[in-house]
Amino acid sequence: MPRMTVDPNYCKGCGLCIAACPKKIIRFSEKINDKGYHYAECFEQETCIACKMCYVTCPDVAITVEK
Amino acid sequence: MKGNEAVAEAAIRSGCRLYFAYPITPQSELIEYMARMMPKVNGTFLQAESEVSAINMVYGAAGCGKRVMTSSSSPGISLKMEGISYIAGAELPAVIVNVQRGGPGLGDIQPAQGDYYQATKGGGHGDYRLIVMAPASVQEFADMASDAFDLADKYRNPVMILADGMLGQMMEPVEFKEPLTDAEIEEMPKQHDSWCIRPNEDGDKKHHHEINSLEIDPVVLEQHVNNLYKKYAEIEKNEISYESYDVSDDNEVLCVAWGTASRIVKSAINELKKDGKSVGMIRPINVWPYPYEAIAKAIGPNVKKVYVFELNTGQMLDDVKIAVAGKVPVEFWGKVGGVVFTPAEIKEKLEACF
Amino acid sequence: MEKIAYRPESLTKTPFTYCPGCLHGVAHRLIAEAVDEQGLINKMTGVAPVGCSVFAYKFFNFDMAQAAHGRAPAVATGMKRSRPDMHVFTYQGDGDLAAIGTAEIVHAANRGEHISVFFVNNAIYGMTGGQMAPTTLPDMKTTTSPYGRDTADVGHPIRVCELLDTLISPYYIERVSLLTPADIIKAKKAVSKAIQYNKEGRGFTFVEFISTCPTNWGLDPLKSRDWAKEHMLPFFKTGCFRDKGAE
Repeated sequence: MPRMTVDPNYCKGCGLCIAACPKKIIRFSEKINDKGYHYAECFEQETCIACKMCYVTCPDVAITVEK
Repeated sequence: MKGNEAVAEAAIRSGCRLYFAYPITPQSELIEYMARMMPKVNGTFLQAESEVSAINMVYGAAGCGKRVMTSSSSPGISLKMEGISYIAGAELPAVIVNVQRGGPGLGDIQPAQGDYYQATKGGGHGDYRLIVMAPASVQEFADMASDAFDLADKYRNPVMILADGMLGQMMEPVEFKEPLTDAEIEEMPKQHDSWCIRPNEDGDKKHHHEINSLEIDPVVLEQHVNNLYKKYAEIEKNEISYESYDVSDDNEVLCVAWGTASRIVKSAINELKKDGKSVGMIRPINVWPYPYEAIAKAIGPNVKKVYVFELNTGQMLDDVKIAVAGKVPVEFWGKVGGVVFTPAEIKEKLEACF
Repeated sequence: MEKIAYRPESLTKTPFTYCPGCLHGVAHRLIAEAVDEQGLINKMTGVAPVGCSVFAYKFFNFDMAQAAHGRAPAVATGMKRSRPDMHVFTYQGDGDLAAIGTAEIVHAANRGEHISVFFVNNAIYGMTGGQMAPTTLPDMKTTTSPYGRDTADVGHPIRVCELLDTLISPYYIERVSLLTPADIIKAKKAVSKAIQYNKEGRGFTFVEFISTCPTNWGLDPLKSRDWAKEHMLPFFKTGCFRDKGAE
């Protein structure tokens, strides 16, 4: 089943992946990482189609996409 | 052979296969010789768009562990100062030849010694030192090429050969060392395998080398600079080089002079000897590290004065004063503007001491 | 399940020091992907500039040099000439390449040096806090053009691709955008081509990226992209200026 995961250590909460996702299944987490950013997280993995747009746009290479 | 060409030939024989420079009088013969000869040994000759670009090409090639050289004259050397500071900070081996001319500014194209401060007290920013060699003959100029490369490789530091327009242009007999073989040249960069940029051929053990002088953490930069200075202390211990000329207990005057100036002083000393006047000379061959101790020791019991002669307004003079430490008066006479003094003028100055 | 998108081997694990939403990281990743895809990691080396990407030597997982401001093309020239078996690129911003480094880039391009130059254009000086760049747009406010860039006083922005395109020697020159995922995918093609041509020893390759600077433009990452689309793309047109390999 396709999934995207965000490594909270790299994410800076820039929001580009959230805007890029065609299925709108990424949001800012309530939690913060140790740099103080609300990192991104996928909240509906079952809807992920592994289009990789989140990975393509992420400037911190925080995202891994699996299929 | 002409000095400019002799040092180029010697550099090639020492295994230098990369030369980047920009034309400037009085060292154009050097770059032209390299343009003709480098391709013959399958080396790289590149006329850069500026001295700034040339020194940065040197930085790149040196970062790859290869023997590389540039040359210029005073105003062009000024342009290289940022690059030299980077080379010293990144601990890269490189040879820079300065064929000095009259300054400051555009100055003229006649020989001078006005870049002593720039070379030995740092022309580039920050705490670093250049090994500086000051030839006084075409033979010495040529010999210094291989010495310079050897020291650069040994200490991972830039080395400057501080010559002048007269040495660059004059023609004297030269004996060259046997050229390094292609096999020896091939082997040479391997001494730098632990740090230089090179393909990853270690199999599984990948290396990640950084050619860099940036250290944004002050504690780390402090350590780095301290390490540089530990290196410089070694150099100061090992690389003192000078000539004693007619130094004896009979000396009533001790001269200190370097480069072209020293030849003229020697002539004057010889003349005075005929008149029964005893004058000795210490000629620093490396002006950094400086032979402070040698000068101090050379002040004989009858020395009334230490006399410094330079083709500048008194730059090495400061180092002589440090060496003499007030033991006897230190006098200076120099000529600037690219005007070179004559043995007769030196003789007159020295005679006045007796 | 297999990973279909992941951190390239040609990037170290070190987190990038760029601001949130800054597109430098995307450019880095594209280069790293291309190096991985073409199997070049053991022979690759690059030159980091002075600018926000000064630490690029920490981010690429191969030997790197850091160069004095503007001098990367000269350093790369020295590197490539001394180790022709390696593949060399420079990575530079608008101050590094289009201001202090104008001579070095023009001459490296003119000599047709076998290097790839990756030029990130965000119309401002990021690292030093938002001063005017040679690529700053007319009337754009920066800390050294607080009343807006006055073209009567300081001229118009420089279009580097067009400038280099007047030279005979360069092999490949293209301007791309990083402003949307679709643009990034196109940009990746340009980066791959530049690296491939480099590997094949064809000559000088140049890719200019239109990018953003959220911090110094005073806009959030998403609005920065919109601003760039509206103001930068009309002036800095994306497209391939020359590709001798396509002839």
